[in-house]
Amino acid sequence: MGSAGESGAGLGKALGWASFALGAPLVAIPGRVARAVGLDDTPGTRWTARSVGVRELVAGAGILAQGRKPMPGVWSRVAGDGMDVALLISGLRSARDRRKVGAALAAVGGIAALDILAAARLSRRTHPSRTSDGSAFTVRAGVTVNHPAEEAYALWRDFARLPEFMTHLRSVSADGTHWVAEAPVKDAVEWDATIVADEPGRLLSWKSAPGADVPNSGSVRFERAPGDRGTEVRVELTYEPPAGKLGNAVAGLLGQEPRQQVTDDLRRFKQILETGEVVRSEATPEGRRQSVVLAKRAGAPGGEGSKA
Amino acid sequence: MRANTWQGRNKLSVETVPDPQLLNARDAIVKVSSTAICGSDLHLYDGYIPTMRKGDVLGHEFMGEVVELGPGVGNLAIGDRVVVPFPIACGSCYNCKRELYSVCENSNPNAAIAEKLMGHSPAAIYGYSHMLGGFAGGQAEYARVPFADVGPIKIESDLTDEQVLFLSDVFPTAFMGADMAVTPGDVVAIWGAGPIGMFAAASAKMLGAERVIVIDRFDYRLDRVAKHTGADTINYADVAPMDALNEMTAGRGPDACIEAVGLEAHSANPAIHAYDRVKQAGRQQTERPEAVREAILACRTGGTVSIMGAYGGFADKFPLGQMMNKGLTIRQGQCHVQRYLKPLLGRIEAGEIDPTFIISHRMKLEQAPEAYEIFKNKKEDCTKVVLTP
Repeated sequence: MGSAGESGAGLGKALGWASFALGAPLVAIPGRVARAVGLDDTPGTRWTARSVGVRELVAGAGILAQGRKPMPGVWSRVAGDGMDVALLISGLRSARDRRKVGAALAAVGGIAALDILAAARLSRRTHPSRTSDGSAFTVRAGVTVNHPAEEAYALWRDFARLPEFMTHLRSVSADGTHWVAEAPVKDAVEWDATIVADEPGRLLSWKSAPGADVPNSGSVRFERAPGDRGTEVRVELTYEPPAGKLGNAVAGLLGQEPRQQVTDDLRRFKQILETGEVVRSEATPEGRRQSVVLAKRAGAPGGEGSKA
Repeated sequence: MRANTWQGRNKLSVETVPDPQLLNARDAIVKVSSTAICGSDLHLYDGYIPTMRKGDVLGHEFMGEVVELGPGVGNLAIGDRVVVPFPIACGSCYNCKRELYSVCENSNPNAAIAEKLMGHSPAAIYGYSHMLGGFAGGQAEYARVPFADVGPIKIESDLTDEQVLFLSDVFPTAFMGADMAVTPGDVVAIWGAGPIGMFAAASAKMLGAERVIVIDRFDYRLDRVAKHTGADTINYADVAPMDALNEMTAGRGPDACIEAVGLEAHSANPAIHAYDRVKQAGRQQTERPEAVREAILACRTGGTVSIMGAYGGFADKFPLGQMMNKGLTIRQGQCHVQRYLKPLLGRIEAGEIDPTFIISHRMKLEQAPEAYEIFKNKKEDCTKVVLTP
């Protein structure tokens, strides 16, 4: 995965070509396109299709002309919205029901701003929680459960059950002092750990013992949610993968989207607490099989069901 | 078992697929006795809902007999006859505890995908894309029902399948649409005379509406809803709904507007329809929101618009200012079916409504692909298809 900037440029370019692909037939053969999308092939629909096509070509050219730093898509969209207004004005003028004209015009007037918002929102990247300083990274995620803090704490304190919802773990000893994690290259990584803090109903934190292959630490906090909304559970995990091959393998321990992985883990924690077990659909019968875990490490998005 | 599977845009086939299995302790397996095609299934058929995969089993309106039970289901027995609500809900999360079943926080194993599109995930739905759980649907001989201790309602009377099948979706969905908007004495306008619009008209009357007006472009549908619910009708191909509604209400506009059309709406104005259609085909918007636009413009000031059509993402040219300045209340959502099962079964048992009036076609599961074509293209005056395995 490239940086947001690089992938942004790539996306922009792709959008530029997509605009051409969409725009060219609309301009060249508007009648056929209109029929293809199920419209009557009338002069009106041809005109509409051609107008939208011209806009696509203009937007595409604009984006591609900018080379590696494409003009932000929103601005070509804004130009497009100007055309939409013109289009609606014209379309409505020819309509039988002129009284609708005023209302529909009011509907589009000034609404170009909505496109800006939508585009800006869509292009916002996932909040980067993986803060890489050299080799160490920290992942934070949270979930709200509809249970008292004491019960949420008790499930987490049952260390041997952690692998039920944390899919990168193979096993944890009941006292939380020995952890085994699945590792993509090496078969498994294991380490001893000590419980640093244990405050029933409030906090659990642990830290790997000196000499671990992958020094790591973690904590989970339980706080009453406002009103009658259960408990806010917040997890923080820090890993310090060593340099070299093992380090690379372990860096991938939580997949290429560590925050997503931990968020999914917390979702499973919530399911166990609230419904008794991890919920599975036909698309997720594989459970925690190694292949699934590995597939996820390869960067597959989303939860278990995104495999297959 | 045999099941109706999605094979791509406008492509279905009835295939032999593996029988469903119990995967969770609170699962049941139901031998399907009747299932229906929903208007929202047509959005899948037409390829407008993302994250469908080749081979996915469709269908979220179904009922049948319990043939297998997980150890966690205490309230059902083998042999029970049940109707299954389309949203899958755990019954124990914050939202379920407040009867907001269609936004259950636990039922979607693929919540991460939905969160990317919506911010937060709604409940899973049978046979309705991987974003909404990847659960196999009920247009099949058998179906797995998760959280079977929460969803299915037992039918103990001798009502026929056709009388109770629509409790799975369309009747409660329409009823909720009316319930969120209608107060006694209201004039209610309903966009769309499909199954939801028809049940919405019946529901609005049950809830005390004085006058119900249904808008569509197909006379055969308008005739059916008028005949069975006593609603007035507007064919928007002939008259402009805004004009007609203002005339019928002496300028006030309807008190409650129920939108029962969804993301493939048509417009009487060819330019607006072409605009929405081209933008949707080019994936520049996911919706064709003309029915919602019109409902907002038509609604009286201070009135309520209830959006029951299915939508997928972003709409262009949404009349936000009209909605705001007219002081409208907007209600919407996938139906919290579980909330309505008992009261609506009660109304059916009491004879207040006979839900079979929406059915036009009865076909075999094996004919599902043909049935979708008939329903989609409104051939043979189709209003609703019931399939039996």
